[in-house]
Amino acid sequence: MKGNEALAEAAIRAGCRHFFGYPITPQTEVSAYMAKRMPKIGGTFLQAESEVAAINMVLGAASTGKRVMTSSSSPGISLKSEGISYIAGSDLPCLIVNVMRGGPGLGGIQPSQADYWQATHASGHGDFFNLVFAPSTIQEMVNLTFTAFDLADKYRMPAMILADGMLGQMMEPVEFPEVQAHPIEKPWATTGHGGKRPHNIVNSLYLKPEDLEDLVRQRFARYEVVKENEVLVESQYTEDADIVVVAYGATARIVNSAVKSARAKGLKVGVIRPITLWPFPEKVIAQAADSCKAMLCVEMSMGQMVDDVRLAANGKVPVHFFGRTGGVIPTPAEVLAEIEKIAGGVQ
Amino acid sequence: MTVITGHYGSGKTNFAVNMALQLAQAGQQVTVVDLDIVNPYFRTSDFRDLFFKKGVDIIAPMYAGTNLDIPAITAEVQSVFAKKEGYTIFDVGGDDAGAAALGRYRQEFLNCGAAHWYVCNCYRYLTRQPEEALAVLREIEATSRLPATGIINASNLSYDTTAEDILNAQPFAEQLAQLSQLPLVTTLVERALYPQLSALIERITPVDIYVGPVWQRRDMEE
Repeated sequence: MKGNEALAEAAIRAGCRHFFGYPITPQTEVSAYMAKRMPKIGGTFLQAESEVAAINMVLGAASTGKRVMTSSSSPGISLKSEGISYIAGSDLPCLIVNVMRGGPGLGGIQPSQADYWQATHASGHGDFFNLVFAPSTIQEMVNLTFTAFDLADKYRMPAMILADGMLGQMMEPVEFPEVQAHPIEKPWATTGHGGKRPHNIVNSLYLKPEDLEDLVRQRFARYEVVKENEVLVESQYTEDADIVVVAYGATARIVNSAVKSARAKGLKVGVIRPITLWPFPEKVIAQAADSCKAMLCVEMSMGQMVDDVRLAANGKVPVHFFGRTGGVIPTPAEVLAEIEKIAGGVQ
Repeated sequence: MTVITGHYGSGKTNFAVNMALQLAQAGQQVTVVDLDIVNPYFRTSDFRDLFFKKGVDIIAPMYAGTNLDIPAITAEVQSVFAKKEGYTIFDVGGDDAGAAALGRYRQEFLNCGAAHWYVCNCYRYLTRQPEEALAVLREIEATSRLPATGIINASNLSYDTTAEDILNAQPFAEQLAQLSQLPLVTTLVERALYPQLSALIERITPVDIYVGPVWQRRDMEE
């Protein structure tokens, strides 16, 4: 299946019946798929008048406890950021998909990873985080869609799938898992009290600063639980590695190809692939920094995740960076050349 | 002249690239028209350099492969209908949405008796049954107003494809041909699998895999 379509089908199988969006390349197939499928299964597909409207529809639908999602690409996610903050501030679960393209500004339609900072540190105003998942295969796009819905429900917070145009547009074989949806009780949902219980209120406005502070502190205590329990990361050949390359998403596929060639040349190179970008796998990177001699972070950006890698490595080893941006995709040969350059200096 | 249509991701572009290179190698003067107004990536114009090396001409939208999503068709496309010699391959965008671009040239295609081959892949979600693949074919015909003249069986599971997968797809392709009353032109198979299948399948064509992400592109290795 095509990445965007596989993701949409996975969302439906995970129990999502409400999609609100606005078309933008390179994620439009998500909307197109939902437009075709939702009416056939009793769901809602609504093309809103704008991204701002779409994310506020997500807020409304999420308040009722239903599984709901939106998807967009970089400039559209910027438009949604106010609503994402409101959703986080209302403790609501939902799925937001960003199939990243080149930026800033209108940028371009080719693949990019330049929204890392936005997704992990600044997806809206205020003190909050989203769960951020970064698939690197179409199969993982499917699997992480289920995980994202489940964890969003569990922790009552927005989850984001941070893909890039390459993953959205490419084709790969996929299998859909047998067990697909794990719906949970949502006693907070505004589904009508029927005179039998007090009103449920979904809100992000608090009149007393102390009340708001208490709530944000509770939320941050929950974030600590997430950081402790929900980190997903994949390591390859890191045990004996002199150089550890860190990359996520489609870039990790390019890196794997380069690392295979480097290993064939006798260079001891490993790979760490963060699958959750928030929570970030800082422990795994810190451990690798104890035993390797240098790290290299590869991204389709001017270098964003590299900041988190450096924080995790904490000065123990030099952390180099290689990236292409503006919609340019790094090639395995370019990454291999960087590895060889670093290997020349590693004693 | 051949027009290639099909479901998204059925293998149209990979087939178009193979067909162009095989015809060029056989000494034909080949022009590929990238008429995809739907997909931003993985299109025939990505192979401009390879085509240049092999002497294949390409006509593509001005903004293909750039950072702009402008599905405009260049006037240059019209020139292929004035050609007296050579072979032209139209690689069209997926589904009925992509086939809409064909309507503009409908009369020219009919005048020159162009073949219209529908590419199908039974491992593609939503075209797994012959009936589903037929429905997409009919949507494409309705939008393009151009009747299909043959079926290309490109059933595959990308790099996971086995000889068994190809054999298992045969009944699907034959049923689709029967339902649509169209000839099954050929079954496409990756070159490595060709030797073990060539005796088992009546009309079968070996192809190389060109279309894919950068870590799989062999033509970009040097």
